[in-house]
Amino acid sequence: MGRTLLRHWPLLFLAFAAVVPTVALSNYQLFQLTMVAVYAVAILGLNIVTGFNGQISLGHGAFYAVGAYVTAIMMDKWGVPYWATLPVSALICACTGFLVGLPALRLGGLYLALTTFALAVATPQLLKYKLFEGWTGGVQGIVIDKPDPPFGLPINADQWLYLFSLAVAAVMFLLAANLVRGRIGRAMMAVRDQPTAAEAMGIDLAMFKTRTFAVSAMLTGIAGSLGAIAIQFVAPDSFAVFLSITLFVGLVVGGVASIGGTIFGAFFIEFVPNLAEQVSKAAPGAVYGIILIAFLFLMPGGLAGALRKLLRLA
Amino acid sequence: MDGLLHQVFSGLATGGIYASVALALVMIYQATHHVNFAQGEMAMFSTYIALTLIQAGVPYWWAFAITLVVSFAIGAVIQRVLMTPMANAPVLASVGIFIGLLLMFNSCAGWFFGYTLKPFPSPFGEGKPMLAGYLSRHELGSTAVTLAVLLSVWAFFRFTRLGLAMRAAAYNPASSRLVGVNVDRMLALGWGLAAAIGAIAGMMVAHVVFLEPNMMSGVLLYAFAGALLGGITSPMGAVIGGFVVGVLENLGGAYVVGAELKLSLALVIIVAVLVIKPSGLFGRTIVSRV
Amino acid sequence: MLLEAVGLRAAYGQSKVLHGIDFTVRKGGVTALLGANGAGKTTTLRAICGMVRTEGELRFEGQRIDGRPTEAIVASGIAHVPDGRGTFMELSVEENMRLGAYTRRDRGVAADFDRMFTMFPKLRQRYRQQAGTLSGGEQQMLAIARALLLRPRLLLLDEPSFGLAPLIVQEIFEIMRRINEADGVSILVVEQNASMALAVADHAYLLETGRIVLSGPAADIRRDESVRRAYLGY
Ligand SMILES: Nc1ncnc2c1ncn2[C@@H]1O[C@H](COP(=O)(O)OP(=O)(O)OP(=O)(O)O)[C@@H](O)[C@H]1O
Ligand SMILES: [Mg+2]
Repeated sequence: MGRTLLRHWPLLFLAFAAVVPTVALSNYQLFQLTMVAVYAVAILGLNIVTGFNGQISLGHGAFYAVGAYVTAIMMDKWGVPYWATLPVSALICACTGFLVGLPALRLGGLYLALTTFALAVATPQLLKYKLFEGWTGGVQGIVIDKPDPPFGLPINADQWLYLFSLAVAAVMFLLAANLVRGRIGRAMMAVRDQPTAAEAMGIDLAMFKTRTFAVSAMLTGIAGSLGAIAIQFVAPDSFAVFLSITLFVGLVVGGVASIGGTIFGAFFIEFVPNLAEQVSKAAPGAVYGIILIAFLFLMPGGLAGALRKLLRLA
Repeated sequence: MDGLLHQVFSGLATGGIYASVALALVMIYQATHHVNFAQGEMAMFSTYIALTLIQAGVPYWWAFAITLVVSFAIGAVIQRVLMTPMANAPVLASVGIFIGLLLMFNSCAGWFFGYTLKPFPSPFGEGKPMLAGYLSRHELGSTAVTLAVLLSVWAFFRFTRLGLAMRAAAYNPASSRLVGVNVDRMLALGWGLAAAIGAIAGMMVAHVVFLEPNMMSGVLLYAFAGALLGGITSPMGAVIGGFVVGVLENLGGAYVVGAELKLSLALVIIVAVLVIKPSGLFGRTIVSRV
Repeated sequence: MLLEAVGLRAAYGQSKVLHGIDFTVRKGGVTALLGANGAGKTTTLRAICGMVRTEGELRFEGQRIDGRPTEAIVASGIAHVPDGRGTFMELSVEENMRLGAYTRRDRGVAADFDRMFTMFPKLRQRYRQQAGTLSGGEQQMLAIARALLLRPRLLLLDEPSFGLAPLIVQEIFEIMRRINEADGVSILVVEQNASMALAVADHAYLLETGRIVLSGPAADIRRDESVRRAYLGY
């Protein structure tokens, strides 16, 4: 009995996460948890490529931005229902990821980190660009409506948004976990740890890494879409390089190459900056910087790694 | 035509700044195979130190010199404290540390000095434009300073015993130890030197763009573009690349994409180099490490 | 004794390579260290220079050197021509030689450069050339010159004849003898080419999987047919 329970802990966790907060928390707290689900998916995307495939991206905020804008534009301009924007956003982000990854991943090494960093820095400018203004709303951005609960469910819009995001996140985690545990996941890690051997086994390194990068961009893009729906607003300056760095920090703090750790990372980047901001406007950055370095030195496995160690000791 | 020449000249002036930062990046890359993502923020922080000194009444060139010494020390200490223990860690760890440093310098600058734009003095005075009106006094002066810096760095590496030892340590640490070179010390020196070069670039550019915590993010991007264009394995290439990118930026900004897309131009240059000639104009083909 | 090792152990990470060996290098002598591939010869030289983690005692001119950093050991008078020659490929021949004299501040450096040119005329011809473009033999000469420019009292040579044509091998051994006799530099040489090594050496050690299995005057080992058959394969 105990064993079966343990084996199904993700399901239990999900059921708990769906019911308890929805009834117990205020709307604002629910919104925060919604953002945790959003960030968890975003970091999950980054973890696929950086954690499991070993290719460092410092620009996943850009894919988050693309996802957010695709959803916002479709809802605002064409009146597409919010849920229907997700598949489109996924597709567009995967393609963007493929195109960005291709030149850099052909070369390996630090080229991806460099290119994606440049992309992250340039993203707000691109979003503000005059030619796209008709769609993107320029500096002003786009305001979208909060979706109503469907089927006349007896819950409010925030509660629905939370449940919806949680459901999408759960599906993404399930897909990612299966991907990572399967043949493709083993290939990813082989490419990360033993590139020469992987190549000898017939894996086309550049193409494989680029595809992985596309999948990873897709996940983070979906997170961007969810984030846009939750915040009901997109504007260029919310997608500055700091967002990409935040996701990177979440990845390291949660645990590189740990699916479960992603969730810790998401909690961290949702709540810690808010706390730090009460000290000073500059504090979140400083806290991130210190924590990032501290984790790399003291807990390179992140919170997930530390937890695993604790459990093994216990 | 006149307008074009003007753009080329002032492009060369900013190019000098990019060239300096690109050189700093390549120096560290050659010695450690790391790309210092915090190079720009370190330079920005140094510039705040200089401004603080100047505001306290220290004469410009004294403040300049003190800033170089302090920046050098900061660079060397970072190498000793953070990078040495991470020498054999995975790439992700070193990139993470650079990002952590970037965050810390950026937010400490914001914390200590605020986020408002601050004017930064020029030692060359305002005055009227020089060289038949193509360059402002500051542009001319800062170009002279960057050229002087680049030349002295070149001479240092080319002609001095220490410069030779630093190059040797970067190329072949094991053999360097066997001739008695203290490789760790050379790395710390290299970091210090890179930080000082960055500080000069920061002090020169701050007069043009005004000082604020994010002042260097664009410069860093262009320095990346310059380093890649010239070849990340070639210091001379990186310097030339920096100048070329400065001119391209100015021409592109004036005639092609407009000022609001200038950063994206750097991205375009980076991607173009990776697609067309990954080794850059003067670099060796790189054996990838990951 | 110039160099003395007692119970010297060395390991790369978890894998132990030297299991406590004792040996000495006599002042003014040439000592040969022989053994099959993977016996631990290179590791022994690396251990002397502090390039691997070691346990046990190492004394050079009576001073403990174990645990000291490589550059300090080198500066105290031990030059090492490493496995693979350690050429600074990107630098010129001149710069390689200048690096050899890196630790020195005395006025004799210029004269020593001239001595190297007499000993290795090729290096004068190639003085401004990039060292990576030298032939294997020339690189070996450069490596020896680099080591000698340090003015060492002990020279460690790791397979100086490796990959070279017989004529050049002859030349290298001739030079070794000269360095030892004329300049009074003591030598510890690792060689695959046992017969050559035993011809110049006065003392030899035979290493087998991290242990010394035989030692004695070089001449005795050369004469002992059973040893030659069993260990040296000629
Ligand atoms: N850097 C290293 N890391 C791990 N193991 C090593 C390393 N270098 C050598 N070894 C191992 O140590 C043992 C001894 O190697 P060493 O190079 O000292 O042998 P050797 O006697 O010089 O052989 P050869 O004649 O082939 O040069 C070998 O088993 C080798 O695999
Ligand atoms: Mg060997």
